[in-house]
Amino acid sequence: MKFNNKILLLTLMMMAFTVSESCVKDLNRIPAYDITSATAYDDPANYRAIIAKIYAGMAVSGQQGPAGMPDISGIDEGFSTYLRQYYNAQELTTDEAVIGWNDGSIKDLHNMKWTSANEFLSAMYYRVFYQITLCNEFIRETTDAKLAARGVTGDATIKAYRAEARFMRALSYWHALDMFGNTPFVVETDPLGAFLPPQTNRANLFAYVESELKDVENLMIDPRQNEYGRADKAAAWMVLAKLYLNAEVYIGTSRATDCITYCNKIIAAGYTLEPKYENLFKIGNRLSKEIIFAVRFDGTRTKSYGGMTYLIHAPVGGSMKPSDFGINGGWGGLRTTKELVALYNNASGKTDTSDTRAMFYTNGQTLEIDDIGDFTNGYAIAKYKNVDQAGKAGSDPDGNFPDTDFPMFRLADVHLMYAEAVKRGGTGGTDAQALTYLNAIRQRAYKTTRTALTTYSLDDILNERGRELVWEMHRRTDLIRFKKFTTSAYLWTWKGGTKTGVAVSDNLNLFPIPAADVIANPNLKQNIGY
Amino acid sequence: MQKLNLQNQVIRQKTWHKILFLMLLGLTMTSSIFAQRTVTGKVTGADGLGVPSASILLKGTTSGTVTDLDGNFSLNVPNNAAVLVISSIGLTTQEITVGNQSAINVAMAEDAQKISEVVVVGYGTQRKKDLTGSIATVNEKDFQKGNIVSPEQLIAGKIAGVAITPGSGAPGSGSRIRIRGGSSLSDDNPLIVIDGVPLAGTGSSGSSTAGIGGIANGLSLINPNDIESISVLKDASAAAIYGSRASNGVIIVTTKKGHKGEASQINFSSVVSSASVINYVPTLSGDEFRALVNKVGNATQKSLLGAANTNWQSLIYRNAISHDENLSFSGAFGDVPYRISLGYLNQNGVLLNSNMERTSAGFNLNPRLFDDHLRVDVGFKGSFIKSKFADEGAIGGAVGFDPTQFPYSGDKIGKYQGYFEWLDPSTGLPNSLGPRNPLGLLNSRQDESNVNRYIANAAIDYKFHFFPDLHANINVAIDQANTDGFQKKDSTAGSAAIQKGANNIYLQMRSVKTFESYLNYIKELKDFRVDMMAGYGYQDFYFEGKTKNLNLLGVPQGDQSPSVTAPINESTLLSFFGRANLGFKNRYLLTATVRRDGSSKLSPGNQWITYPAAALAWRMTEDGIGSGVFSNLKLRVGYGITGQQDGIGDYNGLKTFTPGGTTAQYPFGNTYISTLRPAGFNELLTWQKTTTTNFGLDFANLNDRVSGAIDYYYRETTNLFNVINVPAGANFTNRILSNIGTLENKGIEVTLNLIPVQTKDLTWAVSFIAARNANKITKLTLVDDPAFVGVETGGISGGVGNNIQLQAVGAPKNSFYVYQQVYDNAGKPVEGVYVDRNGDGKITVDDKYLYKQPDADYTLGFTSNLIYKNFSFGFVLRGSIGNYMYSNLNSGGTFGSNSLAFLYNPARNVLETGFQNSQYFSDYYIQNASFLKMDNLTLGYDLGSLLGTKQRIQLTAVVQNVFTVTKYSGVDPEIAGGIDNNIYLRPRTFSLGANVHF
Repeated sequence: MKFNNKILLLTLMMMAFTVSESCVKDLNRIPAYDITSATAYDDPANYRAIIAKIYAGMAVSGQQGPAGMPDISGIDEGFSTYLRQYYNAQELTTDEAVIGWNDGSIKDLHNMKWTSANEFLSAMYYRVFYQITLCNEFIRETTDAKLAARGVTGDATIKAYRAEARFMRALSYWHALDMFGNTPFVVETDPLGAFLPPQTNRANLFAYVESELKDVENLMIDPRQNEYGRADKAAAWMVLAKLYLNAEVYIGTSRATDCITYCNKIIAAGYTLEPKYENLFKIGNRLSKEIIFAVRFDGTRTKSYGGMTYLIHAPVGGSMKPSDFGINGGWGGLRTTKELVALYNNASGKTDTSDTRAMFYTNGQTLEIDDIGDFTNGYAIAKYKNVDQAGKAGSDPDGNFPDTDFPMFRLADVHLMYAEAVKRGGTGGTDAQALTYLNAIRQRAYKTTRTALTTYSLDDILNERGRELVWEMHRRTDLIRFKKFTTSAYLWTWKGGTKTGVAVSDNLNLFPIPAADVIANPNLKQNIGY
Repeated sequence: MQKLNLQNQVIRQKTWHKILFLMLLGLTMTSSIFAQRTVTGKVTGADGLGVPSASILLKGTTSGTVTDLDGNFSLNVPNNAAVLVISSIGLTTQEITVGNQSAINVAMAEDAQKISEVVVVGYGTQRKKDLTGSIATVNEKDFQKGNIVSPEQLIAGKIAGVAITPGSGAPGSGSRIRIRGGSSLSDDNPLIVIDGVPLAGTGSSGSSTAGIGGIANGLSLINPNDIESISVLKDASAAAIYGSRASNGVIIVTTKKGHKGEASQINFSSVVSSASVINYVPTLSGDEFRALVNKVGNATQKSLLGAANTNWQSLIYRNAISHDENLSFSGAFGDVPYRISLGYLNQNGVLLNSNMERTSAGFNLNPRLFDDHLRVDVGFKGSFIKSKFADEGAIGGAVGFDPTQFPYSGDKIGKYQGYFEWLDPSTGLPNSLGPRNPLGLLNSRQDESNVNRYIANAAIDYKFHFFPDLHANINVAIDQANTDGFQKKDSTAGSAAIQKGANNIYLQMRSVKTFESYLNYIKELKDFRVDMMAGYGYQDFYFEGKTKNLNLLGVPQGDQSPSVTAPINESTLLSFFGRANLGFKNRYLLTATVRRDGSSKLSPGNQWITYPAAALAWRMTEDGIGSGVFSNLKLRVGYGITGQQDGIGDYNGLKTFTPGGTTAQYPFGNTYISTLRPAGFNELLTWQKTTTTNFGLDFANLNDRVSGAIDYYYRETTNLFNVINVPAGANFTNRILSNIGTLENKGIEVTLNLIPVQTKDLTWAVSFIAARNANKITKLTLVDDPAFVGVETGGISGGVGNNIQLQAVGAPKNSFYVYQQVYDNAGKPVEGVYVDRNGDGKITVDDKYLYKQPDADYTLGFTSNLIYKNFSFGFVLRGSIGNYMYSNLNSGGTFGSNSLAFLYNPARNVLETGFQNSQYFSDYYIQNASFLKMDNLTLGYDLGSLLGTKQRIQLTAVVQNVFTVTKYSGVDPEIAGGIDNNIYLRPRTFSLGANVHF
C-alpha cells in the first residue's frame, strides 16, 4: 500500500512537472491567419499586397469592406476614410458645399468654427499620417540590402513599388503641408512604437516633398504605362506642379516657372480631354484619357462608406431620384451655396444652362440656405454617379457601393494651373498657349459653341476652377492661394457662421493640429491661433 | 475541416446524453424499496425547533426520507433491528435503533463542525470563522425566486457592494455585474468559477476569452436550479488567489451534490409564468401626431399623414407564457454520493417572436474512497439552448413609427408581405433612409441559433496515507460551447427588399481547457493551526468561428474572405499560486496569498506578473471583548494586488499583418488585390493593476439573531486600459489600447441580518444591505495636461459618432458631458440656448460641463422572509440612489428628424419642450434615475405529506418586477450605462410553482 502511494506521489509530481515544462511554450501564441512581420517579407507576392494596401488606404476604411476592421478609430468608420475627410476639409469649409447633418462638430466646418477637437479634421490628420506610416514601413523593408538578405527576386517590380510608396508618402506629406503646416515628421529611418516624432514646418516639408518627388520621378514608371490605379511619373509631376503653384502660400516665394515646367511635362505625356464632361464622374471613367491619377472603387470588391459612396449618396435627397444615380437611396446631406451657383450665371444673372458643368438639381430646392439642416435649402449638385454612360447602374446589386473611380488629378486641372502660373509671372509658357488650354476646357463644357476667350485674368481662373473642378477637392487650397478663404474679399452663405457671411481670422488658413496629438506627443506645438 | 470538428463535437455530446440516460434509469430502479412497518417522528435542533430537510436513512441501505418543514418524518422500516441514521448539515449525526418504537423524536446536538462551517474559497475551502477576507455567501434558500433564467440573477440585491443590473427583458438576457463599482473604464466583469472551473466569457469580443456567440447570455447555459450556493470574493485578500482576473471580484458558484449517507431523494419542480409589459414608452397618438404635423409640418409632410390611430408598441409586445421543469435525483450508493438533474425551460419573450428553450442535464458524483483518503469529484453540466431572436430594431421602430399609418398596406398582392412601408417613389422600393414597419421587422425575420455547452470536470483529492496532513489535488476540466445559427429574410420583406433577401449563417466553437493541481498541508497543533497550499494552473482558451452572409440570390453581403471571418484565436494562462493561513488560539488569523500569472496575450518580457495579498483578522470575542453580547466579533484588515487582463486582444503585443477581405481589395488594372495591412501593436501592454485595502468587522450576537458585517475599502487601479491616441506617425494606427490612467474607488458596505421573531410557528428573518461607492478618475494621460478634456465615451443615437459621456480626470467615470440648458420664465427649456459657462460670449464645445454620472452613489437591498406554520411570505426590495440617466429617447425624438419622404413620431416629451430640432447635448435630458424596486414577492405554502408518507409538496406564487418608485420620466430607471434608448422592456412576471419531493 505504501509503495503504491509513493508511486502515486511520484506520478503526480512528474505530471505536474512535464505539464508545466510543455506549457510555458504555450505562452508564445501566434495568430493562425494573420502573418507576423518576421515572415511577411519573405514571400515576394506579399509586396504587391502591401503596396496595394497603401493605395487602398486612400479608398477604403479598413480590411473589411465596407466596414468592420478599421484602419483608424475614434470616429465612425464610415467617416474615417481618406477621401471622405479630404472632401470635408477641402469643400465643406468653402462656398462649394454645405452638409445638413448633426454628426458631432461637422457643422463647424462650414461655419469656420472648428477647434483642435474637431473629429473630422482629426480623422483627416490621422489618415494622412497613417498613410505616411504605411509608406515608411514599405520603404524601410525594401532596401536593396534587405531584399538581398531575404533573397527576394523580381527586383524591378519591387523597385517600382518602392518608388510609388515614396510618391504616396510625398502626396500625403503635401496634404499635411497644405492643411496642417507644422506637422510631425517621420521617415523610414525612424523607429516605430515608443517614439515621439519631431515637429517640422512648412518650409522644411516643402523642401522634403520637392526633393522626394524629383528623386522618384526618375524611378517611377512612365506616364500612362503603369497598371491603372498605380501612380506613374505624371502623378509625381502633378504633385510637384501643385506644390509650386502654391509655393507662395507655403514658403512665401513664387515658383510659377517650375509649375509651368511640370505642367508642360504632363501635357506632353499625351493626355487628352474627355469629350463629354459628365463622363468623368460616371462608371467607366477609368477609360478616360484625361485622368492622370485616380482613387479606385468597385461595387463588390472595393467597398467603403467613404470615398465615392459618400460622394454619390450624400448629395441625393429631397425629390431627387436615387435610381438616376444608380443607388438605392440618398443620404440627404450635401448641397451648395448660392455664391457657387452664381459662378455659372450668364450675363442676365441666370444659370447658364448650356454649361454642362452646371449640374444643379433645383426641383423643390431653394437657392437660399436659411437652415443648413434642411436638405431643401440650397441647390443640390448631381455630379458623381454610379451609372455608366448608358445609364446602367453599377455592379453592387444592393445599390450601395459604386463602381465609379474618383479622378484625383486630371488634365483640365493642368490646363488651369498652366494658365494661372503664366498669369502669375512664370516663364516657360505663354498667354496664347494658356488661352488655347482654357478654351479647350470651355469648348468641352458648353453645349453651344462659344466665342473663344482672348484675354483672361487671375480671377477668371479662380472662377473657371470653381466651375470646372467643383467638388473635386481643390477649393480650399485655391481660395487660400487667391487670399479669399478667410478674408472679406469673398463672402459666401454661412461663412464664419452668419448667413450672409463674414470674414474670419487668418489663422484658419491652417487647420489645427488635433489636440489629441498635441497631448500624445510633447514635441508638438499647436498652430497659431488655436 | 472545421465544420467536421464542430460536428464531432455534437456527436460527442450525444454520447454523453446516452450515458446520462442509462445512469438515470439505473438509479430510478434501485430507489424502490419494500416496506413492512411505519415509524413517524420529529427531528428537533438545539433550539427546540423542527429541523427541515434532515435526512433519515436506514443504515446499510439506500432507502430513507427527509423531514418536512416542521421536522416531521415518516418512514417504513423492515424490522425492529433497523437503525436510523439521522443527519443534517451543521448537526451531529445520530444513529437510533428502532426497536419497538413507532414514534421516534430526535433531539439533535449542534455539530462542532457547525462552527467550522466551511466556505468555498479559491482552491479549497476555509472554515468560516477563519476567514480574513471580505467574502459573502448566498445559499439556495436565500436566492431570488420566480422565473429566473440566469444564475447571477439569483443574488440580485442580496450582497452589499454587488450590483446586478438586468440586461433587458429579452429571454435569457444577461446582467451587468459590478462588484464595488468596477475597477476599470472598460471591461468590469468579475471572474466566475463554477465548481472550481474558472470560466471564460468576459474578454473583449473577437478574442479567445470572449463570451459565447449566438446566445443572449452565456451564463444562461447554467441552470440556476442546480446551484447550491454563490460566494462572492470582494476584496483583494480573498480574490488575489485568482491574480490577473480578480480585479473585478470573483464569483464562486457551487452546484448541488449528493451527500454521503444521504437517503435517495427525488425532487420535481415546475414553474409556470406569465409576463407582460407594464408601461409602454409614451408617444403621441395618431390624432395628436396629426395635429402636430398639421401645425408645424410642411405641405409634403402633411400629405404623408394617414388616417389611422395605431399603437405600434401594443402590436409588437405580447403576454408571454413560460414554463420551467426540473427533475433531480440525489443520494448515495454506498461511498458514492450522486446527484443527477434534468431541466427544461421554455421562455417566451414579451416581444413577438422571441423565445428561448433550454434543455439541461447534469450530474455530480462524489465518491469518497479509502477511508476518505481519496476524494473524487466528477461533475458534468450540459445544456442545449435553442434561441429565437426577435429583431429588436422593432422596439425603437414601434416608438417612432408614424401612428397615423395602418399596420398593413392593404396591398392585395402582398408587397412587402402586406405591411405598410415608406416607399421611394423612383424605385418603388422601401426608402433606404426611412424606418421599416416594426411589425414587418418582427415577422419577416427568422433568426435562430442552437448553442450547446458542457462543462465537465474531474477533481481528485488524495490525502496521503503516510502523511495525512498533506493532500494533493488535481482538477481537470473542459468547458466547451458550440454555436450554429442563421438569420433569414425573404426578399419580399420590407427590411430586405433592397438587398434582395438575406441568408446569413454562422458557426462557432469555443473551448476552455483547465488543468490545476495543488498540494495542501493542514496541521493543528496546540494553539496553532497551519493551512498551506501551493499550486499550479494551466488554462487554454480557444475560439473559432465562421460566418457567411448571402442574399437570396447567393450574392455575398458582407466579407467572405476566410481570413477575416473565420478567425482562430487562442491564448494561454499559466499560473503558480500559494496561500498560507495561520491561526493562533483561534483568535489571531493571518492569510497570505501569492499568485504569479503568465499570459500569452502579452509580449515576452511583460508576460509574468506577481499578485500578492495579505490579511489579518482578530476574533475579539475570543479575547473576551464583547463576549457577553456577541458570539462573534471579528476585525479584519486586508491588503492586496489583483489584475485584470480582459480587454486585451490575443495578439496585441505582436507585430503582425492583417489580411484584407475580398470586399476591401484594391484594383491594379483589371486585377483585384487582397491587401496586407501592418497592424498596430503595443509591446508594452500589461495588466491593469488594482490595489485594495479593506477594513472589515463581522459580528453576530449570542443567539445569532443579529449578525452582519461592515466593510470599508479603498481601491486604486493603475495601468488602466485606456484606448489612447498614439503620436501620429509612430504606429500603424492612431489609437491603441494602452495602460495609462488611474481610477480610485472607495466605499462602505453594511450587511445586517436580523431574526426579529423566532417562535415555534412564526419565524421572520430580514436582511438589509447598503453600499456606498464613489469612483474618481485621477489620471488619464502620461503627462498631466490641464488642456486635456478627456476621452469621450457613451455613444448615442442621433448623428454619427456623437457621445454623451466623458472620462475626465477628477470626475467619476462615464460622467455626462453636456451643455447647461437655459429655461424661460415658465420653466420651459429654450431650444438651442445654453449657459455661456466660460463667459467668452459664444457657445462652443468649451461651454460643455461634467454633470452627474450613471453609477449610483448608494445601492440598497432589503430581503424579508416570514414563515408562519406552513406558509411563507417573502419579498426583495432593491434601491439605487444618485444614479442619473440620459434620455436619448427624448433627446432624439424631436420633430426635426422628419424628412420629406417619411414621418417619425417624436417622443411625447416634445409636447413639453416644443423643440423643433434635436438638442442632443442639453443637460435637460439628464435625469435623476434613483429608484426603489420590488424585485420579487413570494408566497409559499407547504402542503407537507399530502399524498403519502414520503412526499412533500410545496407551492409557490411569485410576482417579479412588482413595482418601481422613481422620479425618472422614462419607463425604466435601471439601464446599465445610463443611456436610455429603446431597451427591450422588462415585463412584470407572475409565476406559479410546485415542488414535489419524494
